[in-house]
Parts: sequence; C-alpha cells; structure tokens
Amino acid sequence: MMRRLGFYVVAAWVALTINFLIPHVLPGTPVEAMLAQHPQLTASAVKALQLQFGIGHQGSLLHQYGVYLDHLFHGNLGVSTSAYPATVASVLNNTMPWTIALVGTATIISFVLGTLLGILAGWRRGGRFDQLLPVFTFLQATPYFFLALIAIQLFANDWRLFPGYGGASLGVNIGFNGPFISSAISHGILPAATIIVTSMAGWMLQMRNVMITTIGEDYVLAAEAKGLSTRRVMFTYAARNAILPNIAGFALAIGFVVAGALVMEIVFSYPGVGYELYNAVTQDDFPVMQGIFLAISACVLLACLLADVIYVLADPRTRRRAAF
Amino acid sequence: MSVAVAMPAETAAIIPRRGQFLRSMPTKAKIGGAILALFVLIAIIGPAIAPYDPSATNPNAFAAAGPSAAHLFGTTTTGQDVLSQLLVGLGSSVLLGVLTATIATFLSVSIGVTAGFLGGVADEGLSLLMNVFVVLPALPLLIVLLGYLPHSGDLATAIVLSALGWSWGARVIRAQTLTLRSRDFIAAARETGERTWRIVVFEILPNEVSLIAANFVGTFLYAILTSVALAFIGVANFSTWNLGTMLFWAQSANAFSIGAWWWYVPPGLTAALLGMSLVLLNFGLDELGNPRLRDASGRRRRRSPAGLWRAAFAWLAAPHRPHPRWTGRAWRPTDPTPVERAERLA
Amino acid sequence: MIPGSVNEAAPDRALDERKPVLEIRDLSIVYRAGNADVKAVDHVDLSLAPGETVGLAGESGSGKSTLALGATRLLRPPAVITGGSVIYRGGRVAPEGVEILDQNSKQLRKLRWREISIVFQSAMNALNPVLRIRDQLGDVLDAHLDLGREEKRERLVMLLDLVGIPRERLRSYPHELSGGMRQRVMIAMALAVDPEVVIMDEPTTALDVVVQREILAQVVELQQRLHFAVLFITHDLSLLLEIADRIAIMYAGRLLEVGTSDQIHNRPAHPYTRGLLESFPSVHGARIELAGIPGSPPDLRSLPPGCPFVPRCRHAGDRCRDIDMRPLPVAGSGGSHLSACPFVTADTPGMEGRRGRATPAVAVAPQERQS
Repeated sequence: MMRRLGFYVVAAWVALTINFLIPHVLPGTPVEAMLAQHPQLTASAVKALQLQFGIGHQGSLLHQYGVYLDHLFHGNLGVSTSAYPATVASVLNNTMPWTIALVGTATIISFVLGTLLGILAGWRRGGRFDQLLPVFTFLQATPYFFLALIAIQLFANDWRLFPGYGGASLGVNIGFNGPFISSAISHGILPAATIIVTSMAGWMLQMRNVMITTIGEDYVLAAEAKGLSTRRVMFTYAARNAILPNIAGFALAIGFVVAGALVMEIVFSYPGVGYELYNAVTQDDFPVMQGIFLAISACVLLACLLADVIYVLADPRTRRRAAF
Repeated sequence: MSVAVAMPAETAAIIPRRGQFLRSMPTKAKIGGAILALFVLIAIIGPAIAPYDPSATNPNAFAAAGPSAAHLFGTTTTGQDVLSQLLVGLGSSVLLGVLTATIATFLSVSIGVTAGFLGGVADEGLSLLMNVFVVLPALPLLIVLLGYLPHSGDLATAIVLSALGWSWGARVIRAQTLTLRSRDFIAAARETGERTWRIVVFEILPNEVSLIAANFVGTFLYAILTSVALAFIGVANFSTWNLGTMLFWAQSANAFSIGAWWWYVPPGLTAALLGMSLVLLNFGLDELGNPRLRDASGRRRRRSPAGLWRAAFAWLAAPHRPHPRWTGRAWRPTDPTPVERAERLA
Repeated sequence: MIPGSVNEAAPDRALDERKPVLEIRDLSIVYRAGNADVKAVDHVDLSLAPGETVGLAGESGSGKSTLALGATRLLRPPAVITGGSVIYRGGRVAPEGVEILDQNSKQLRKLRWREISIVFQSAMNALNPVLRIRDQLGDVLDAHLDLGREEKRERLVMLLDLVGIPRERLRSYPHELSGGMRQRVMIAMALAVDPEVVIMDEPTTALDVVVQREILAQVVELQQRLHFAVLFITHDLSLLLEIADRIAIMYAGRLLEVGTSDQIHNRPAHPYTRGLLESFPSVHGARIELAGIPGSPPDLRSLPPGCPFVPRCRHAGDRCRDIDMRPLPVAGSGGSHLSACPFVTADTPGMEGRRGRATPAVAVAPQERQS
C-alpha cells in the first residue's frame, strides 16, 4: 500500500517537473506571442511571465526549479494572460467545480450502468444481448465529440429539449439555490448523457469479457453444483470476482475519460476546465494551459489512487495478513 | 486443469486443428479488417481522385450549401468542397496514425521486452516509468506540448503522440514477456548459450506477434482519436487537411447551429467508422492471442511474419462457420446440461 | 450424533437396501464441435448402493469426470447428453427414484448438494477467492436448510471440527489456508447438508502423498459415521484398491470392467486392468519391473470400430473389431464382476501378472473398510 502511495508521489513529481521543464526546454518562445496578443500586460506581469518561463537570466535551472516549486506549494500558479489580472488559480477555482461535477457523476453512472449491463451480457452469452454488441462496439469507438455534435443537433436544435450550451442559464445567481441547481442540471444533462453513453459501452464490453472468463472458473461451477440460486451464483461468485480487473482498469481508463470530457465541454460550451483550455489555446495563454495540466493531473492521480484503494479493499488476496 | 470448462482436457482432441482454427475466426475481426483496408485504400488514392482542391474557396459562396451534383458532400461556408477535404484529410489522418503507431509500437516493444526480460532493477525502473506515463493525462499534456510547437509537421506530431502513447502497450508486452521468460524453452535456450539478443528476437518476439499487432492497432486508434480531438481543440497543423481540422472549421463556423450537417457528419462519421474498424480488428486479434484457443498441449506456436500475412488474408477469404446453437434459448451458466435423445427410457 | 445427520435420520428412511441410490444406465455424452461429435461417454452403466464406495479409474481423457459431472448435469456446452438414464433414489426426497435427466433447473437445484454433492479436484480453484470460509460454507446451508443464526453458527463449527480444522479458520479466506486444509474445507462443504452421495473428482491428486493419506483416512472415517455413498474418481488405481468396495475401469468413454476390489485386484478380466495393475509398485512383495501400458490414449475423434484398446492390447485380434463393448458377466462371479472383453479372462495366459496374488500396495487397517 505504501508502495502505491509512493508511486503516486513519484508520478505527481514527474508531472510537476515536466510542467516546469517544458517552457525551459522546448525551442518555442511563447512569451513574445503572449505579449503580442496582450499588450496590456503591466511590467510586473511581464516580469512574472519571464520568471515562469525562464526568459532572461534568472539564475541556474535548479534555482528556477526551486522558485517554481516554492510558488506551487503556495498556490501560486501564475497569472493568466488572457484573463489578466486574474490568476491561474482563480481561473481554476471557477472552472474546476463544473468539470468535476459533470465528469464525476457521469463517470460513476456510466461505470455502474456499464458494469451491470456487462454482467448480464456475459451471463446471457449467445442470447439476444449479443445482437447489441456491434452497437456497443460502435459506441465505444465513436469519438465523444461526434456523438455530442449529433446530440446537440437533435436534442438542442431540432427538438429543443435541452439547452445546447453553457453550464447554467445566464442571469441565474450561482450558489446553492433552487433555480441555479435546476438550471445547472438541465444544462448538464446532454453533456453527461453523451459521456455516459460512450463510456458505458466500454465498461460493458470489458465487464462482459471478464465475466465470460470468470464463468468458466471452477468456483462458479462449484457454486452451481451447490444448488445456489442463480442470483447468488451470478453476483456473489461470478461478478464479484469479475469486477476486480475492471476496477484495476479504471485507473487506466481515466485518461481517456478525461480527454473525452474535455472535448465534450468545448462542444457544449460548458464552462468547465476543458472549455477554459480551449480558450487558453486560442489566446496563447500558456500559464493557464499549464495550470490546467497540473490540475487535471492532480485529479487523475487522486482518482487512480482511490481506485487502487478500492481494489485493495475488494480483493482479499492483496491484503497481507499474518499467516497462521 | 478443470474438467467442466467447455474445453476439458479430455477433449483436447476436439480443439480445432490449425486449418479449422482460422475458419472459426470471429466475423467481427474480418469486418474490421475489411473496413480498415477500405479506408486505407481511400486514403492512398484519395488525393488523386478528389474532384476539387480542398482549399479552393469560391468567392461567390455566401453560405454552406448542401449536397448537390457538383459537390457530393456539399460545401463549406467559403465554398470549399467537403468531399475533397474528406478524401485528402483521410489520407493525412491515416498517415499520422500509421506513423504514430509505428513509432509507439517500436518504443513499446523495446521497452516492454527489455523490462520483462531483464527483470530486477532495470524492470523496476522501467515499470515505474511506464506506469507514470500511463497515469498522466495525455490530452492536456499534448495540448501544452504541441502548443509550444505550433508548426510541427506530421512527423513531429507523430513523435509527440508516441511519446505519450507507448506506455500502455509496453505494460502489456512486459507482462507477456515475463510469462514467456519463465517458460522452459527460454531456460533451455539460455543453457545452450544462445546469446540474449538472439533469444529475444527468435524465441520471444515470435510468440508475441499477435500482441504486437494488437498494440499497433490500438495505438493507431489512439492516434486517430487523439489527433482529431487535438485538431478540434485547435492544436494542430492547419496547413494540411485532416479530419480533425475539418471539424474545427465546422465548429468555428457554427456548422451545427446552422444545420450544415454535411460539413461535420462526414468527417465525424469517417473518424468513428475508422475507429470502429480498428476496435473490431483488435477484438479479433485478442481472440487470436488468447491462450485458451491455443493447442491444448501448450506447444508454442511459431508464427513467422509470412504466416501471419497468410493468416490475415485467409480470414478475409474463408467462409465463417458459426458456432453450434443449442436447442431453445441460448444456454446460461446455471442451466443444466442439455439432454437430447431419440426415445426416452421409461 | 450430529444433529440432522443422515445417521440420525437412518431409522426414518425406508431404504430398500438392494436398490442403488444412484443408478446410471446406458448413459452417453457427446461433445459437439462443429460438425463432428466426440463421444466422451459411450453407453455406460454404473450404480452406487447406499453407503457404498465405488471407484472410477482411468487415464486422462477416459471420460470418468465427464461421466460424473454429466450424471449431475453440470457439464456445459458443447457437451450434450444423448441417451440413457440417471436415477437417484434418496430416502429423503425420492425413495421411488427420480430421473435426473428429466429435471428442470429448479428441481435440480433441490437435488444438488443436499442429495448429491461434489468434491472438486483443485480446492484452490473451486473455492471462491473473495469469500470467507464461513460465507462459502454458510451459503449452502442457507440455500438448503432453514436454520436460525445460532444453529447455523453451530453447524459451521461442527463441520470444521468434522474435518479437523480449527474453528478460527471460518474467518479466513481460501488463499490463507494450506492445500490440505483447503481440500478438507471442500470435504466439509460437501458434507454440509448431509448428502446421500458424494462424488469425489480426483480430490487428492493435487496434494502430496502424506496429506493425501490423511485426507483419505478422514474420508473413510466420515463415511463410516455418516453413511454416504462415494463415487471416487481417480487415475490412481492403487488408491481405489484400498478404499473402494467396487471399482469401475473406464477407457475412451467406455466401461471396460467393473467388479469388487478383490476381483479387480486378484482376478482382473480385462487386459487394460491388468496393465494398470502392472503400473504401480507394491510396498510388500517381490520387487518387480514396472511394465506400464505401451502406447497412449486414443484420439476420441477417430476411434476404431469395436474395442478402443486394441492398439495397445497384447491380446488383440481381428475379432476385437466386431464386439459391441457391453460389459458381460465374468464366469463364476455371480454377476458382480463384468468385463467388456469377451475373449480374455483372468486365467488367459499373459493375464496373471508378475506379482501373482499379492496384497494391496499399502496395508489398510481392516476396520477402515466397509464390508
């Protein structure tokens, strides 16, 4: 367990360091581009940028690295050039909650649904379910945003069921109040549904495959031989074991989920981190881009760590007990 | 080995022999392969058969026009022919995919096999590297990296994509190499003094061919999807056409709110189909590499590159024989063994 | 006395001692693969009397496990039962006999475990790795008996005591137990709801010899106490000679010989049996050269007509291709000894073996054997 924790620390460190090294190592000099786009930056801002990107003689690389780390641990991620004078940290503060709410709930729902469907599909192999497999395969391979575009066209434009953009209606005060929450939910349904539909297919197919393998195991046969109810055999003997590799795979899949969600936000103009990233790219706002990378990395690492913890709890073979 | 699994040791004899094995290849793999081949073909000849120059604008055009005789897939808001863009763009996307897949597969295999074969500290270090790269979110990092290299051509983009896409395949290859390494025939090869590189190239790699192929296909898929996503976000080389840039322009011209479906559906659908064909192909390769389908005696199968080629084309040519169906509805795991008899005993 | 055990209920059950508790008649099982059917079990008759131990011996691929699992309808596609009958006569639910091949899954569920249970070969694989022992033992109690919490706990403890495992192990997971312990748990599990028949599919093959001995001794002792019948499947004939009352020999899906242990050991009527007997050393008696049986088991897809043992049999001749493989009574045995070879008897030259009428390989105390 400590090993896993150590791993995540190392991974986080790698992310930080890469983030630091990129501007110092890559040949591009974005600072000029940024200044060109935003001539309104004050002198101190320019100096801060230069510090962040290592322009001019700021001392040795190691020294700059130290400064970078120091800033980082004080929550200073730099200043956004496009939203000047807003800091990167404040930008993140505004956008992260939207993304986490959307992606978090959508991922959980799609995992649960996909797993349940996968259990059924694996159990009833060769039945009617299998005829749906090509559909699911197609869904899994479809790029998120394509489905999103179609969804917008159909649901938002043609049928006017849900709003096609934004996180909540304009003019509604942000906060834990009724109108805001209902507006947020109605704006969130299409993006969430798109994420759910595509990623659910992936979970389902994976679960089905593992389920089929697990059903071939001796302990499932033994459970049948014991005369247990179908439900118990299917869930407690087969599914309970089949789900383990999927939990492990969750950590690996998070990367794809995040990527898809980012693009999704752009399509829906949903005010989350992805949309912000899109804006930052078009305006060459490198501090924000890098800040977002760090924030996303942190979230992904946390999610993976969580998945690891759940796995250890779920699989008794991983726990080391004092042997008798 | 358990007896009650569908292929018990007692009936090892009935696992299809080599010739029949190919014929029992799942249909989906063949479909995937066929679609992919079609796309690759189009990608190669695309630029030659495109009716218009994809970048040629029509100064008279004021809005995007739907499909017509002159423009099979309609035009963009600046009068550019969508079909031509698609044909040229497909080629660019496929090329990028192939480049990335090649570089990344090379990386995955070399690092994966090294880690798996050498073991010990080298393995620990390389595994750490692999796992860190697997966990880091690729897309945001790619955006940042490519943002610093705005005018990179296909090769540079491919390199960057590979740099973040090799880790997943390397893990898989490493796992398989670890398993193979502990098998007897490797120990035997070592005992006879065969040199390490020879062992790796002639003993280990041939047994991983299907994995490597699956890795290639998987990375191809990743490259396509990611490059389209990146272009869509606006991080790409806009001097050439590819599926992603088409979508980018469509998005920035608000194609979907003005209902110009002919602009964004073709590239999106193409990307989706291309992706799907790769996924199907991957499934087929998975089942090919699944040890349960192998000869029950555990004899290792040497698959020479020529053999694999032959196998690939045999798939497409041979008719698919379906699995036998059971009486009534499909069998479920807690169903009892079916009984079929001509007459019943009293 | 174990509450609710078979022993205790014995006076209530009007069992006709002549009627077998499990009667397999003319059973045929095939594996459908593509267009070719492979006959895994071909017209086999076998019966089990109440409390009896019948051994089923044969090489890998002989169909012995398929037979046992098929009789309980636990085989999976592509296996299909194509003929015969399997009648179970247990005093508790079916004294007149019930045809297993006609039961639907609900009915089978009632029969399974409570009447017929199975001990699988590899306990590590047959135990659910994510459930504690008490849960795995407990769920079969829940499925078949209606016990209160206290009663259930007591029974669980009793079951572990029965096989000599400390009761703290109820909280353990399978991977925390040793191989021998796991197999004992499997046995306890098989006996949990007091079956009439216990099928043991190579229960000790995966264990080392010492543990094997202990487990077998335990099984014999339990059988004496609880009076269940055992169908013991193994490739190790020497084992069966010690613990089985009757032994059946299978080869390529067919029954070659059936008889009591004495008959099989002292007067084998089939060349294959003689070959098997020559394949293991005897602790007592003269040292002999092990002969074994030349050749290898046949490919079930392409069996020759007539007797499948022909390629490896030193007594084979052209006449062997025309026989119909039904085991026939051996002269002088009163019908208790059957052999599928009509041409050879125990007295045929070449059938006497090298050790003559020796005693079994390892001496077993007389009281451990049921008469």
